[in-house]
Amino acid sequence: MALAKITSITGRGLTVPGNDIDTDRIIPARFLKAVTFDGLGEGLFFDARKAIADAGRIHPLDDSRFHGAKILLSGANFGCGSSREHAPQAIQKFGFRAVIAESYAEIFFGNSTTMGLACVSADRADIARLAAAIEADPYLEITVDLVGREVRFGGQRIPLTMRDSARDALVHGRWDSIGELLDGREAVAATAARLPYLAAPQK
Amino acid sequence: MPQSLFQKVWQAHSVGQLASGQTQLLIGTHLIHEVTSPQAFGMLRDLGLKVAMPHRTFATVDHIVPTDQRSEPFSDPLADAMIKELRKNCAAHGITYFDLASGRQGIVHMVGPEQGITQPGTTIACGDSHTSTHGAFGAIALGIGTSQVRDVLATQTIALGPLKVRRINVEGRLRPGVYAKDVILHIIRTLGVNGGTGFAYEYGGEVFDRFSMEERMTVCNMSIEGGARVGYVNPDETTFTYLKGRPYSPTGAAWDEAVVRWRATASDAGCHYDDVVTLQGADIPPTVTWGINPGQGIAITETIPDPAKATAADEKASIVEALAYMKLTAGAPIKGTKIDVAFLGSCTNARLSDFKEVAKYLKGHRVAPGVKAIAVPGSQMVGRLCAELGIDRVFRDAGFEWREAGCSMCLAMNPDKLVGDQLCASSSNRNFKGRQGSPTGRTLLMSPLMVAAAAVAGGVADAREIFGVNN
Ligand code: SF4
Repeated sequence: MALAKITSITGRGLTVPGNDIDTDRIIPARFLKAVTFDGLGEGLFFDARKAIADAGRIHPLDDSRFHGAKILLSGANFGCGSSREHAPQAIQKFGFRAVIAESYAEIFFGNSTTMGLACVSADRADIARLAAAIEADPYLEITVDLVGREVRFGGQRIPLTMRDSARDALVHGRWDSIGELLDGREAVAATAARLPYLAAPQK
Repeated sequence: MPQSLFQKVWQAHSVGQLASGQTQLLIGTHLIHEVTSPQAFGMLRDLGLKVAMPHRTFATVDHIVPTDQRSEPFSDPLADAMIKELRKNCAAHGITYFDLASGRQGIVHMVGPEQGITQPGTTIACGDSHTSTHGAFGAIALGIGTSQVRDVLATQTIALGPLKVRRINVEGRLRPGVYAKDVILHIIRTLGVNGGTGFAYEYGGEVFDRFSMEERMTVCNMSIEGGARVGYVNPDETTFTYLKGRPYSPTGAAWDEAVVRWRATASDAGCHYDDVVTLQGADIPPTVTWGINPGQGIAITETIPDPAKATAADEKASIVEALAYMKLTAGAPIKGTKIDVAFLGSCTNARLSDFKEVAKYLKGHRVAPGVKAIAVPGSQMVGRLCAELGIDRVFRDAGFEWREAGCSMCLAMNPDKLVGDQLCASSSNRNFKGRQGSPTGRTLLMSPLMVAAAAVAGGVADAREIFGVNN
């Protein structure tokens, strides 16, 4: 399977502030009642958007200044909670291609990488600086450079970090491991044969 | 070299190294349910692939099933489509499926253990974060995303980087009225909701040695709430006794061989841990959450945190956000907070021992007027056992609704939901904003007995006082 080599993402950004943003908030469970991932983008942060709209304010996702943003900024432990892949699916289907946050919950990070959604980490102060720059100029062009390990915007640059295995997988176009896993077929059979509980089909 | 259980099981299931540096890990047992599997089967079809090991794949239906009116078609057409899709996929691929009519249906994390499918020294994966529950048997049990469900269906493996191991000892004894739920809420409160990032949690010490399998499951279940990827307890006599005679447990000579093997998978004395934390059982209070993540817990005797007293700016902000959502008052005692709903269920606390323990105290009490109280066995098997023991009667007599097995009000995918900003005393595992089905619904996590105490008192209460649990 030939996969795109994801070396950098360039586009506009928007910020959903806060720490410990869980996947229930990213995509409320009622949007999981489906047998496909189609149309998930509409459910992204649905309840938070509605609550803010009800209060007479505008959530960044609904703010026309940020329409078409490709890069999502947030805080620490982003994507904690439920393992639902619907969360990164919703983020991707909404149009985002990269997330910049202080840190991620592990399952979310793994799910995102497998889908080719780049989740990079940066320092809190750097993220705040970038967020302020976006607020000042929503049309600011931002580049998340996975090869150069930095985020560039308006003449500034901030370092990004990302687990090597994930960064390499994106950069070399092997973020979806299914092909490689299928190649291991014989080794899988050999490993399984050594494990007594797998040897014979149970009743 | 002495090794931990994690290292032994990891090595035994390592197929090889991938170009990414990750390990291709063989998954011995794959559990699937209706929410995260249909898209994976769809991807499989798109790729023209078959299920690699259908005999190592087991399915049940839990998230979307109604717990009262079970006749089909379900009133919710989306839920109805999901159960039909699961049936179709299991039949097409020859996968064992514990359907509603099987008498063995239930929350997937209850079905695996009670059927004897969950065994020590194995790897288990399921498209559900609370797969960590199965670690109670000394398995590496991983919650995975849908693309990985596809990977396991197609190859019986996943790509995964190694984890560090943190040993968490809980020594001494728990005080009366303190339960496994309090232990894990206390651990999360102490180590933080992302304290476990990058770690497998190995639980041990005297408290865990004495714990039943069901108590161990309660703790392992919420490892994920502490940020750990997996949690486990080393297998011992308690584990073997639990498994003996279960439908999928080995029998005869195979049983004896299995026990020898299982015993050998336990962590060796003197093995290396990347971190060790030791807590005293006697220090753990009955714990209640007051906020919007499972780490925001306090002792039942404490007051709700005051942002003015928070030292870090971060902490202050998260307290302010939580209090605003929860509509609770800083500095007020948590005890006495009025509740609207009491929910006793979920894969954390809906096992026989949970209902048995509560029934012991609930006899002769009544649910307070205005409180909706529901008790939902986690599996049909638990429901049956409760009926045989008359436990369901005790709950009904007290004013609880007694339901059929499923995830119920733990999350918002079936008809059991909070309405508006109702406040729910819940034995489940997540208190996230909107988790229980209303975007403004509020959840307080606590042990089953504390849920019952809240139901009876009409507000958050100390079960030790309400029920005279001996102190
Ligand atoms: S009971 Fe709750 S946490 Fe457990 S599997 Fe069901 S929805 Fe998930």
